Amino acid sequence: MFGIHQKLERNAIGFVVAIIVVSSIGGFMEIAPLFTIDETVEEAPDMRVYTPLELAGRNIYIREGCYACHSQMIRTLRDEVERYGPYSLAVESKYDHPMLWGSKRTGPDLARIGGKYSDAWHVAHLINPRDVVPESIMPAYRWLAETPLKVNDLSDHLAAQRVVGVPYTDEMIANATADAYGQAMPDGPFAAGVTARYGEATNVRAFDGKPERVSEMDALVAYLQVLGRLTDAAHQQTASTEGAKP
Amino acid sequence: MISELTRGERRLALAVLTAVATFGLALAIAGRGDILAVHGGLIMASAVILMFFVIAGFYAPEPGEERLAQYYDTPTKAGVVLAMIWGVIGMGVGDWVAWLLVYPDMTFDAAWASFGRLRPVHTSGVIFGFGGNALIATSFHVLQRTSRARLPDQFSPWFVLVGYNLFCLIAASGYLLGITQSKEYAEPEWYADLWLVVVWVVYFSIYLRTLMRRQEPHIYVANWYYMAFILVVAILHIVNNLAVPISFGSAKSYSAFSGVQDAMTQWWYGHNAVAFFLTAGFLGMMYYYLPKRAGRPVFSYRMSILGFWGITFMYMWAGSHHLHYTALPQWVQTLGMTFSIMLIVPSWMAAANALLTLNGAWHKVRDDATLRFMMLAAVFYGLSTFEGSFMSIRAVNSLSHYTDWTVGHVHAGALGWVALITFGSIYAVVPWVWKRPAMYSNKLVEVHFWLSLAGTLVYVFAMWNSGIIQGLMWRTYNEGGTLAYSFIDSLVAMRPYYIARAIGGLLFAIGAVVGLYNVWMTIREASAERADEPDAPVVPALARSLQAGE
Repeated sequence: MFGIHQKLERNAIGFVVAIIVVSSIGGFMEIAPLFTIDETVEEAPDMRVYTPLELAGRNIYIREGCYACHSQMIRTLRDEVERYGPYSLAVESKYDHPMLWGSKRTGPDLARIGGKYSDAWHVAHLINPRDVVPESIMPAYRWLAETPLKVNDLSDHLAAQRVVGVPYTDEMIANATADAYGQAMPDGPFAAGVTARYGEATNVRAFDGKPERVSEMDALVAYLQVLGRLTDAAHQQTASTEGAKP
Repeated sequence: MISELTRGERRLALAVLTAVATFGLALAIAGRGDILAVHGGLIMASAVILMFFVIAGFYAPEPGEERLAQYYDTPTKAGVVLAMIWGVIGMGVGDWVAWLLVYPDMTFDAAWASFGRLRPVHTSGVIFGFGGNALIATSFHVLQRTSRARLPDQFSPWFVLVGYNLFCLIAASGYLLGITQSKEYAEPEWYADLWLVVVWVVYFSIYLRTLMRRQEPHIYVANWYYMAFILVVAILHIVNNLAVPISFGSAKSYSAFSGVQDAMTQWWYGHNAVAFFLTAGFLGMMYYYLPKRAGRPVFSYRMSILGFWGITFMYMWAGSHHLHYTALPQWVQTLGMTFSIMLIVPSWMAAANALLTLNGAWHKVRDDATLRFMMLAAVFYGLSTFEGSFMSIRAVNSLSHYTDWTVGHVHAGALGWVALITFGSIYAVVPWVWKRPAMYSNKLVEVHFWLSLAGTLVYVFAMWNSGIIQGLMWRTYNEGGTLAYSFIDSLVAMRPYYIARAIGGLLFAIGAVVGLYNVWMTIREASAERADEPDAPVVPALARSLQAGE
């Protein structure tokens, strides 16, 4: 064995090929089957895609690096389920390009934050976390409420999402900007289109409390309020396993 | 520097810089409605400034043929200085964000100053800025000595070094502007990723072209590790960064994979960035500078072979231990755990090989802080790989994951292993390439050593405490069968440890500043001596080195 190696280490190209082959095996064996084994991702027919406003909010969450301190992955441990809610299923992040499971909880998990607090709480919390949670060490994000949301390229965003596999329709892509306005302006002319395209359960509200304009605060709160609510699959799964117990 | 390039290489440099400037201009125009324009401008400005340098030196006399009889070390010199500068920046920002967790209102109401944007400046600054530059600089140095061949030309090493630092600059400035993919340790966006691929191909070609011309029949073990670092980082980088930009005029892209597949790919990347960026390359450093400094041959040839192939094969399976109890299928979690535990064998083989090499030279470890840096690095390498295997066990991970324990573990490796082996290697290589008998001050090397050790210990102990307390508080039930602590209770309990961690980090960062000063003064001495050789005062470096040993 060491004799073979004596030959190998005298041959640069041979060594390079050996490194590539030996190092490629592990990743291939673990990643490739995740695309081919059907059980990897559960079926959830009610799973919906993000609206343009929620997607824009998600991009703000990414831009500000929220994932560095907040996970979005509830593990299958009793204390986590009791603290945060039903454990996360793979299907829930099926349309997440990229996923935001996170690796650190300096702050709490956010996988089921949607609907847990009011919009007003989120706005107050983002403007100054210590106004609502005195012990919090989260940064204040005051500028979000004053910064208008960039909406003119949302069709490009949806189109790129479709290229990577998210089932946005042509209609959704064409109306992306109008739908962003519509979702944050419940009394405006575009509001009806949002529920028509994304479902009756979609939150259509002035998230930041100011229906006359669409701010980055609107987008981020709209995203936070939909976390864990794109499908009911996780709640059903918990209910059915509980029912199966003797 | 320009005077070291041949006339043809100067023309090539101008052509490449023109192409880069044009590319920057194109990005700036295409992205005029987007923050992409800032980066287009930055790329163009960098290329234009460098063009002025090349033009200013264009008609300088060409280097003579006698250069081919010597090793080409100027890129190594520049890389060492850049590594130290990035180190001070990256560690400084790291300590700043550590204090942000104690005083969260120190953000001046500015977007760029919040924790989420500064944290990747810290991670990329230390991993890519400090670690990457040190790897490039030392790899050029080691490659030439162990092959007994000069680098293939004078232009391509500069292309790699300058191009790589442009990548680092785009990355760090991008985070402040809000440009990020959110993939940990792979945050730069699509155009920066593409640029890094170009730089990396040239880097690999330098390696191969030099090896092809080697005078030594065998490729030395340090080069195995440097090659594994270059090749596997390329594979990881390309696969994990597959993405579709929303348009060529936008910095934003969406990753090709989603959800569970993306998570697995990301942590396959993330853990092997640790393995092949932060371990393999630095083991290359260790396998060259440690035996050199100790004046002892490597303890075991067979252990270096087994260690190398064990690390190269097994690490690539280990990434899924970052995803225990998640929505990732359990068979992948179990495979990841299994290989992570087995990894202790090749890891300890490498650490033991280093420490056993010191047999017969332990008196030097006592007297020479540079060698002591490397010895301690090997010890921390052994400790943190043991800790890593331990934490990958599913039951342990249920407690440690998502807590500061992980942060402590990473820093035991990053401070104790990566930074210490780098400082040791830099203190070994600086006098060597600047042709000095020793560093400007051995006392300062000694000071740096103790600051580093103290800082690492304070940091790691603080994070062990906070992480384990946090993990236990999250899972504690009271007698009524309900959770005993709210999340915020656990956060309040962290405060003293966050203060301690920030102090530990501060000690370590001060050490890096001392190191930068020492490197700078060594260079100044060297250039003062060259400028005025006959009249140069007797440099008391030798006398100092004798005193420092006492």
